[in-house]
Amino acid sequence: MYGQPSTSAEDSTEGCEPCHSGRVHETDDGRPLLRVSGVSKSFVGFRVLDDVSLELRAGQVLGIVGENGAGKSTLMKILAGVYQADEGTIELDGSEVAFSHPVQAQQAGLSTVFQEFNLLPERTIAENIYLGREPRRRGLVDTGQMNRDTEALLAELGVTGLRPNRRVRSLSVAEQQVVEIAKAVGYDARIIQMDEPTAALAEHEVDLLHAIIDKLTKSGVGILYVSHRLKEIFELCDAITILKDGAQVATKPADDLDEAELVRLMVGRSISSFFPDPLPGTEPGDAALELKGAGNGYVDAVDLTLRGGEIVGISGLQGSGRTELLEAMFGVRPLTRGEMLLAGKAVTPGSPREAIRSGIAMITEDRKATGLALSQSIIDNVLGVVRSVFPRRTGTARRQLPGLISSLEISARGMDQEVRFLSGGNQQKVVLGRWLAIEPSVVLMDEPTRGIDVGAKHSIYELMRALAAQGVAVLMVSSELPELIGMSDRILVMRDGRLAGELPGGSDEEAVMQIATGVVDAVSNSGDVA
Amino acid sequence: MTDVSALRPDIAREPLPEHHRGLGGRLAEASTTPGGAVFVLVAVLLISTIVANPNFGDPEVLIRFLGRTAPIAIAAVGQYYVIVSGEFDLSMGAVISMQVVLAGNMIGDDAGMILPVMLLMLVLGALVGVVNGLATTVLKVPSFIVTLGMMLALAGIVDYMTGGAAKSNPVDEFRQIGRGGIEDVPVVGILPYSLMILIVVCAASVWLMRRPFGRTLIAAGDNAEATRLAGSSLVWLKTRAFVLSSLSATLAGILLVGYAGVHPSVGQGYEFTAITAVVLGGVLLGGGRGWVMSAVAGAFALELLFTLLTALDVIDSAWRDTVQGVIIIVAVALGARAWNAGRRPSRRPSEPTDETTQPMPTPGTNTGEH
Amino acid sequence: MRDRMGRVTSTGIVYGVLVFTIIVGTILTATEGRNFFATGNIAAILTFTSTLGLIAVGQTMVILVGSLDLSVPYVVSLCSVIAGSVMAGETGSIVPGVMIALAVAAGIGAVNGLVVSLLGVHGFIATLGMGLIISGYMTANYKGTSGSAPEPFRVIDTANIGPIPLSAIIMLACAVLAILMLRKTRVGHHMYAVGGDREVARLSGIRTAVPVVVAHTLCSLLAGLAGLLLLARLSVGNPTIGSQGDYDLMSIAAVVLGGTLLAGGKGNILGTLGGVAIFAVMDQVMSVIEVPSFLQDVFRGLVIVLAVAVYARREIERRPAPFERPTALDAALQEAR
Repeated sequence: MYGQPSTSAEDSTEGCEPCHSGRVHETDDGRPLLRVSGVSKSFVGFRVLDDVSLELRAGQVLGIVGENGAGKSTLMKILAGVYQADEGTIELDGSEVAFSHPVQAQQAGLSTVFQEFNLLPERTIAENIYLGREPRRRGLVDTGQMNRDTEALLAELGVTGLRPNRRVRSLSVAEQQVVEIAKAVGYDARIIQMDEPTAALAEHEVDLLHAIIDKLTKSGVGILYVSHRLKEIFELCDAITILKDGAQVATKPADDLDEAELVRLMVGRSISSFFPDPLPGTEPGDAALELKGAGNGYVDAVDLTLRGGEIVGISGLQGSGRTELLEAMFGVRPLTRGEMLLAGKAVTPGSPREAIRSGIAMITEDRKATGLALSQSIIDNVLGVVRSVFPRRTGTARRQLPGLISSLEISARGMDQEVRFLSGGNQQKVVLGRWLAIEPSVVLMDEPTRGIDVGAKHSIYELMRALAAQGVAVLMVSSELPELIGMSDRILVMRDGRLAGELPGGSDEEAVMQIATGVVDAVSNSGDVA
Repeated sequence: MTDVSALRPDIAREPLPEHHRGLGGRLAEASTTPGGAVFVLVAVLLISTIVANPNFGDPEVLIRFLGRTAPIAIAAVGQYYVIVSGEFDLSMGAVISMQVVLAGNMIGDDAGMILPVMLLMLVLGALVGVVNGLATTVLKVPSFIVTLGMMLALAGIVDYMTGGAAKSNPVDEFRQIGRGGIEDVPVVGILPYSLMILIVVCAASVWLMRRPFGRTLIAAGDNAEATRLAGSSLVWLKTRAFVLSSLSATLAGILLVGYAGVHPSVGQGYEFTAITAVVLGGVLLGGGRGWVMSAVAGAFALELLFTLLTALDVIDSAWRDTVQGVIIIVAVALGARAWNAGRRPSRRPSEPTDETTQPMPTPGTNTGEH
Repeated sequence: MRDRMGRVTSTGIVYGVLVFTIIVGTILTATEGRNFFATGNIAAILTFTSTLGLIAVGQTMVILVGSLDLSVPYVVSLCSVIAGSVMAGETGSIVPGVMIALAVAAGIGAVNGLVVSLLGVHGFIATLGMGLIISGYMTANYKGTSGSAPEPFRVIDTANIGPIPLSAIIMLACAVLAILMLRKTRVGHHMYAVGGDREVARLSGIRTAVPVVVAHTLCSLLAGLAGLLLLARLSVGNPTIGSQGDYDLMSIAAVVLGGTLLAGGKGNILGTLGGVAIFAVMDQVMSVIEVPSFLQDVFRGLVIVLAVAVYARREIERRPAPFERPTALDAALQEAR
């Protein structure tokens, strides 16, 4: 009985505690399983979600799409009980719910499979699934029962061949994902959210996942499917909700859309004149940095040339390898294949120190985690790189400091103020300051204006133009398409660890997104078909 | 690239003031932090002790107290370097014991041996620091395990050198360093050499902490990853901190020979005293915050505390360890919170995660289709 | 020793190293003209394992929850003097002596656990502080050895069941109970969870303080038991017996050698026992071939640091990157599960 794929909806394991207790029944028609109404959420004054509403019916797969930063992840986290909405209501089966802790969401029947699995790698599949509610017999954990229940759960999903006493760390990513889903089913989930579930899966594993989803929906479970992979969205989803800039652009049945239309709805803003133009006299100079056939563990076969005086933007979906490419140039994940040239000389930085000595600066994605020493003063942070690598220049740098801070338009009560008290925008300017203090010839930026206010963004844009005018080569990774398009002289698009295409500055947002999602296989600059 | 400070000639902007408050304001603000409060604590304890034991207020008694406390303060300085960079040095006591016994054994009655042996002691001290530092940074073994292991090894060596019993004291000239001083000084009677050495150490360490090395050391304790990405070699940085710690222990040992004599148990527990002093001085365990002079003040506060408790007959010196244990736990439990108390919270409670980027903010600049 | 895939587990490695150590030990012992497997030799080794074993079993649980206990040497000493003082040579006082000492030990452990879980202080610092607190108490109240163990109590150290010392059997019994707890109770399972990933445990509704407090309490209790064993052996309580044995560092080393991750979440008692046995054999062989005691200490310190260093490399886990071939070392380390 156990170990065979469960085909009938009546199949259940009855009379044992605390195993999965029964089938999800179809709700009465008319009442959706999940209704989100007017949900809004702000962080630090930013409206990240604005009046979003959606409905999910039993047995339905609703796709949620949007570019990076559209608010998908925030929405998922609110539903998962990680965040709380500022406004709006969430109804489960007609009754309003407000989750203040993820456990509550789980117990209410709303489970989430995040990209970062919530699993204990050293424990077995059964131990993970039944964590916190291990079945007991006479006071002691009944491992046998736990394993049997696990097999039953897996069988419900149509998965055989996974022994419940295997350690999770020995499983492939796809198998681990199955465990996460089984865990959700074990909690009698009626709604399962999945965040980019196929990001790390191979083709055949994606098919398996779809088979599981099929089984789940047939038993009445509603699925929220967040993904960038438009092909899958269309294969799986009954309806699609498109988010843009925190607001809900549209919700339509999948049949009413095609990929091109979808991309158009995801992006498609007109570029404003918000972005400063290149300063007069800015001209691309000699090649400052070149990559030929470069690769490390995360990117492959990258050819690019960066000239002094240029601002080159790198676009791509999450996981396409943008940050890893910068890290390769900066020596954090050194190149293992191919060549890198700095001003014509072959250089392969094996550490940040070497990269800095060669004149490369990198502004990381997360300023709080890797960009600043938060308890230290503005002065100490701005002088940080100089002191680490060029200690003898400290005196000169210290003299130039007031001027640098003014150029950066940093607002603070004094230069000795601790950086953690500054706003995000000012913090980011301090980060910029510490790198400009070494007078780099190449500046790599990873999401330079993430999480900062308008005024600060403008300052940083002006600074980027000033840098370019002085002959510095600027490489910018950004998930904000308008910014990328507005500031870049050229746009490189990455997909799955490779350069998928190149577009001139000022291109259409759709054109960029089409290459990034793979809707369009672009021809790259060198004439190779991607 | 040319002048960074003239990147934006288009801006006419008031330069930021160097300090955000006047001297008085900064002092007041500093006194509310644990690092500043310890000075207040020292003052309070000093007054209380004099009240409990008026004899203590006599300048001659006071100056000798300062001289006696000098080795502890020097050890606290050494431990400060290690703790502010985010590590621990539990081998200090064993280093002191080893150096003390070495001095006793090798100098003996021969005053001419003083300089060479002191040189040897410094070299050995530095070596211990190098091993501690490399094992922590290169082998990636937690520093408390490395230094505990070092303590074990050094204790064994000390046992071997002494055969378990105390050897004779070295020649008087050497002992004078620790217990002697400039005599016939007005008011205080004697100016102990140990106090003078302490003052030099303090000046040197304050200077060192203002150098690139010192500032980078604190940054490494605050955020090791950011400091690494800023181009620092954490291996080199932290190893130097461990070397300074062992050298401080060596110096403390040299002073201790003066009045404690040569006995293998001389240094025992010193690391805990040093850690307690540093923690009392408001230096955060885990690194990144705290001033070296606060650690020195912490050492004095600790010794004053013991003097006070002894004078009040509350407990005797045998309870020293217990008091230190309680201080350490309380200080750590309160630690991070104390630095942030009374100030604006540094992190807003609900901050967006990495996956969220901010949407285009200004209304009127985007006219997207809906 | 081998998992179902036929790959060698870390428990397998430590017992492999044990066998190797025994072989080397046998050879070295023979150079002194003695037999490694002589009853006296084995008995000495087993006696060593009984005290270190009790402490290491406790330390295993604490490390599994992601904490650490550096107060064990002081708990050992304290219980030996408390029990010795209460017993004061009177047979009738044996039971009260044992009860009081163990109650104090459990209390200390509970406080450790609460400080770690409720005050948010890392285990290493909390127990360091507690160790100092106990040390001061003992310095103030016990000037040397104190108390005495009555004859019937001392039997625990001298008695054998068959060829095996009673003390070793007591230790093994405790180890078995610990194994059962870890495998068969919810608390045991939750210890692994809290040590492995506190957030995941919390998200599953587990009250994360409970396993931590239980682990620390049991650890101190076992250390107290070790103190009682030492009381039986020495027939007097000794306030420095714990520090003399370097039980803090040795127990951590035995746990790490046995394959338990210092960060928590993975490991088992069986491996720890293997680590204890290795140190016991090393210790015995070194004294048989008359290695000078200072060298023994140096050697021990070295082994401990190296053990952590080697095993620390294994803790750096990552999934292989998409365009990467794992290096031979990574592959080898991955194999040793």
